[in-house]
Amino acid sequence: MSAAVVRAVPQPPMPASPQAQPSQAKSMVSVDNVTMAFGSFVAVQDVNLTIKDGEFVSIVGPTGCGKSTILNAIAGLLQPASGSITIDAKPVKGIQGNIGYLFQQDALLPWKTAIENTELGLMFRREPAGVRREKAMAWLAKVGLRGFEHRYPHQLSGGQRKRVQMAQALITEPQVILMDEPFSALDIHTRHLMQNELLRLWQEDRRAVVMITHDLEEAIALGDRVVILSAGPRSHIIESFDVDLSRPRDVAEIKLDPHFMDLYRNIWASLRGEVEKSYERRD
Amino acid sequence: MNAATERAIQIGILVVILGGWQIGTMTGLIDVFFFPAPLDIGTQIASWVADTSFYRHVGITLTETVLGYLIGTGLGVAAGVWLGLSRSAARILDPFIKGLNAIPRVVLAPIFVLWLGLGLWSKVALAVTLVFFITFFNAMQGVREVNPVVLSNARILGANRRDLLRHVYFPAAASWILSSLRTSVGFAVVGAIIGEYLGSSAGLGYLIAQAEGNFDATGVFAGIIILSIFVLLIDTVLNVVEKRLITWRPSAGEERPA
Ligand SMILES: Nc1ncnc2c1ncn2[C@@H]1O[C@H](COP(=O)(O)OP(=O)(O)OP(=O)(O)O)[C@@H](O)[C@H]1O
Ligand SMILES: [Mg+2]
Repeated sequence: MSAAVVRAVPQPPMPASPQAQPSQAKSMVSVDNVTMAFGSFVAVQDVNLTIKDGEFVSIVGPTGCGKSTILNAIAGLLQPASGSITIDAKPVKGIQGNIGYLFQQDALLPWKTAIENTELGLMFRREPAGVRREKAMAWLAKVGLRGFEHRYPHQLSGGQRKRVQMAQALITEPQVILMDEPFSALDIHTRHLMQNELLRLWQEDRRAVVMITHDLEEAIALGDRVVILSAGPRSHIIESFDVDLSRPRDVAEIKLDPHFMDLYRNIWASLRGEVEKSYERRD
Repeated sequence: MNAATERAIQIGILVVILGGWQIGTMTGLIDVFFFPAPLDIGTQIASWVADTSFYRHVGITLTETVLGYLIGTGLGVAAGVWLGLSRSAARILDPFIKGLNAIPRVVLAPIFVLWLGLGLWSKVALAVTLVFFITFFNAMQGVREVNPVVLSNARILGANRRDLLRHVYFPAAASWILSSLRTSVGFAVVGAIIGEYLGSSAGLGYLIAQAEGNFDATGVFAGIIILSIFVLLIDTVLNVVEKRLITWRPSAGEERPA
């Protein structure tokens, strides 16, 4: 673990302005009445979701309810069976150029080193070699991987690979950032560091973010809004909670905030029923 | 068991076999007409190696092998990657490929001699037919088994078709292709030798055929040994090449269990 990540933990004192930016911003991602099906299996049905520019939305829901499926549809990897998706007012048809996607699975190219993986997006955009190498070095340093530039993915730990993936997804400065359980592979300590790091990066340069997580605390600590999906199949959005906690936040400290605990209780009351339903269907 | 004792045991086994064989031929227990004495085979090899015309034969076989190998693997990789990417082309051509692959190659040798003459190219053609299919099937499999998540990731990062080919499909198929390249070497040699054996005026296969024509078992055995040394040398070269090319893969010792 490099010191580069640790540096972010003590947040600079800044005037707290709850919900400063997103409220009057334009809509960036718009999911209208989307139904996703695999053959006759309807995974999600009639999902409506709008993400404003600069807004950080967390999606939680029981396992297998269709969270990754929705993210894949926004990314243009899957086509909705019905309904439509637009990004920046343009309908999504296939893969867009302005998206960063942090996959749930390992998605690094195993035959490229950390630095080569990081600069991939810039290379595909035909940036000159010197420029992209420099940017990639800076990004690897940002995610705390200075000194690991020339390691292949198989020579990195699971958490280190996730961080390379994050640098790889963010280096192109996408308008929309999709993250599928970005921190679930990390231990609690590294997770806090990475969450704070993500918040710091996002605070510097606000983008529309959709983050999927199993961890309700994480959803609340990071998000402007927490969206709850029902248990699958035919999963849909059952509720959406605004998180009116001040920013910038420190994920470890904010969990002790009484207002955070109120929110947690409310949202958990809503999520709990769905989680229990999904377990009942197991057998 | 450490490396030195293992090596000692290996040498021991060799000494027992060759020594027993030599003693057997000297006492008359083994008929030298069928199993010539190891020392005689050694002498034959030594006299070949000392003779400059021997290198002409080696050179010709080597040329046929290398040409057959390069053409066969080149065509195999190109066709394999193409059909790996295009499912519909693969489905249409599938019965033809299976049919062609089912032909025993040896029967093609006389046809190639008819078409291409007794010289170099009929042997190259035979080697190509053997090498092509091995590389072809491996390259196709390699392209099809690309991790779909890695592929999606590259596409989202902005890769176009050519980028995908160069940065995703080829490297993903590379380890499959390389392992087939190792196996193909043996087949390239087999193709060249069978071609020479069945009709030629030069090459290691010709040397063996000639010795056989004279009921010279010593010459046949010497030829066989020279051939296996020949294949081992090429294999060693490829091993080095493979290590150089695929640096990203964990080598056997440092593989992580998960
Ligand atoms: N290619 C597919 N073919 C058929 N069914 C699929 C396919 N992909 C996903 N599913 C099904 O769709 C449902 C939603 O899957 P999805 O991966 O979106 O779940 P998830 O909410 O991301 O789960 P997790 O939290 O465990 O990652 C699941 O029931 C899954 O079995
Ligand atoms: Mg998922």
